[in-house]
Amino acid sequence: MKILVCVSKAPDTTSKIAFTNNNTSFDEAGVNFIVNPYDEWYALVRALELKEAQGGNVTVLSVGGADYEQIIRKALAIGADDAVRIDAPESDALSVSTHIANYAKDKGFDLILCGKETINYNGSVVPGMVAELLDLPLVALAAKLDVANGVATCEREVTGGMEVLEVNLPAVISAAKGMAEQRIPNMRGIMAARTKALEVVSVENASATTAVNNYEMPPAKSACKFVDPANAAELITLLHQEAKVI
Amino acid sequence: MKTIVFAEHLNGKFTKSSLEAVSYASAWSVSTGGTCIAVTYGNIDASVLGTAGANEVWKMDALSAADGEQITKLMLAAQKESGATAIVLSQDLNGKSVAPRLSVRLNAGLVSGASSLPTGNVVKKNVFSGKAIAHVTVNSEISIVTVLPNSYGVNASGAACPVNAFSAEVGTARVRVKEVRVEESESIPLPEADKVVSAGRGMKGPENWGMIEELAKELNAATACSRPVSDIGWRPHHEHVGQTGIAIRPNLYIAVGISGAIQHLAGVNGSKVIVVINKDPEAPFFKAADYGIVGDAFEVVPQLIAAAKAFNATK
Repeated sequence: MKILVCVSKAPDTTSKIAFTNNNTSFDEAGVNFIVNPYDEWYALVRALELKEAQGGNVTVLSVGGADYEQIIRKALAIGADDAVRIDAPESDALSVSTHIANYAKDKGFDLILCGKETINYNGSVVPGMVAELLDLPLVALAAKLDVANGVATCEREVTGGMEVLEVNLPAVISAAKGMAEQRIPNMRGIMAARTKALEVVSVENASATTAVNNYEMPPAKSACKFVDPANAAELITLLHQEAKVI
Repeated sequence: MKTIVFAEHLNGKFTKSSLEAVSYASAWSVSTGGTCIAVTYGNIDASVLGTAGANEVWKMDALSAADGEQITKLMLAAQKESGATAIVLSQDLNGKSVAPRLSVRLNAGLVSGASSLPTGNVVKKNVFSGKAIAHVTVNSEISIVTVLPNSYGVNASGAACPVNAFSAEVGTARVRVKEVRVEESESIPLPEADKVVSAGRGMKGPENWGMIEELAKELNAATACSRPVSDIGWRPHHEHVGQTGIAIRPNLYIAVGISGAIQHLAGVNGSKVIVVINKDPEAPFFKAADYGIVGDAFEVVPQLIAAAKAFNATK
């Protein structure tokens, strides 16, 4: 089975979020970048588990500049066989999806896996766009994935329960929590990653239909009001009379 | 400007997030002097979408259930027929499956997870898991917006509206639903919950969750938990709220024995009122809280249950 896993770069989950250039760009000073957790913990690890059980090849793909190579090497260290970096700016979801689809269209991937969203842009858009551009079915937010005889079986959470879905491959699947468990790369993986193939593909810029103008911080919270633990019942009164939420 | 909005229903009722999307689409069309058409399918009384703000409903009766590609084709046909230049969906499972496909097909800029109405062609959306807000410009003739659930209230001041039959060539579903397992529980689904009681490692073990469930029941709230608690199996994964679990935006979020790591805050910082109960006065969660109690959960929570019972008895 040939599997493509799309990975994005994201600031470490503990990063301080701040902006520069008149609030038009994210302040990268002192920020440690990681593989977007949904792409790494769930999509990539499940791809590796499927390959280990059934044979095949796992390629990781990123759209971004040379600064992406650190996180691509991390994905290779976890166990991906080879990697591709499309050398283009991440202008918006449409431009990124166009680059992914253009690369994947004639490569014969059985499965294209993505995380359900990035933790920096929270879009949940790229998997659906890639599916539409390649005329493939999409299962969004799968929490379980199995593949047998060319059919993927997925489970996902729906209001009040779970649903089980089936789709013939090739397909695009976006991964939510539960699909796999995080893997920490070992020294052998890290050493091997140094010599694995990382193809850099030069492309023309793809068109974008949206652009971020600027950012703002959410309004600051007013100070916390403390209730005496010996008289905790007071909280219920405050929630009713002051906050008006019960 | 004419707006079309997709409305989904479940068990004979339109979902809360769909009604929010209809009210959003209605307000957006009103602000530009236009009208709002809600698009739906199947066997349901759709005139109620008028109360949430739709001027009319277009309904495809022949369709009983639809996958993302079929809803995409339905919305494409509705866009073509109406000439709408704004398309709205909820940022729910449908929105995440359909909006990107529409965006590609119509070459229309998509802003996903909008938290407020557009100003001109600029739409605000939460980014960095709620730690910041981006102002996004849409540079295309048609705009698509998906609305973040629980961020735009339903305005139910309208009246029932006309429902017109609509039909489109939607093909067959390539994704097949094999089974739906409804969880046998009286508890409220977390993403739709208006109030949430959540607990963390401070509860010391899964056997102590009885008081959390009881408090939630008295407050008519859903239950949730922190990541460590779901990782060690004290509580199911679907209760995990946080950056890598689910993000929620209830009116009331009560956190018991959760320190408030930045990853947890990312999943709950959209809550209107946050209450933190923790025995450690230095717990970072207090900085994000509206109300705090520094105390032992095993002493505080039973008092709250008793007070909530007394409060309910007066209603």
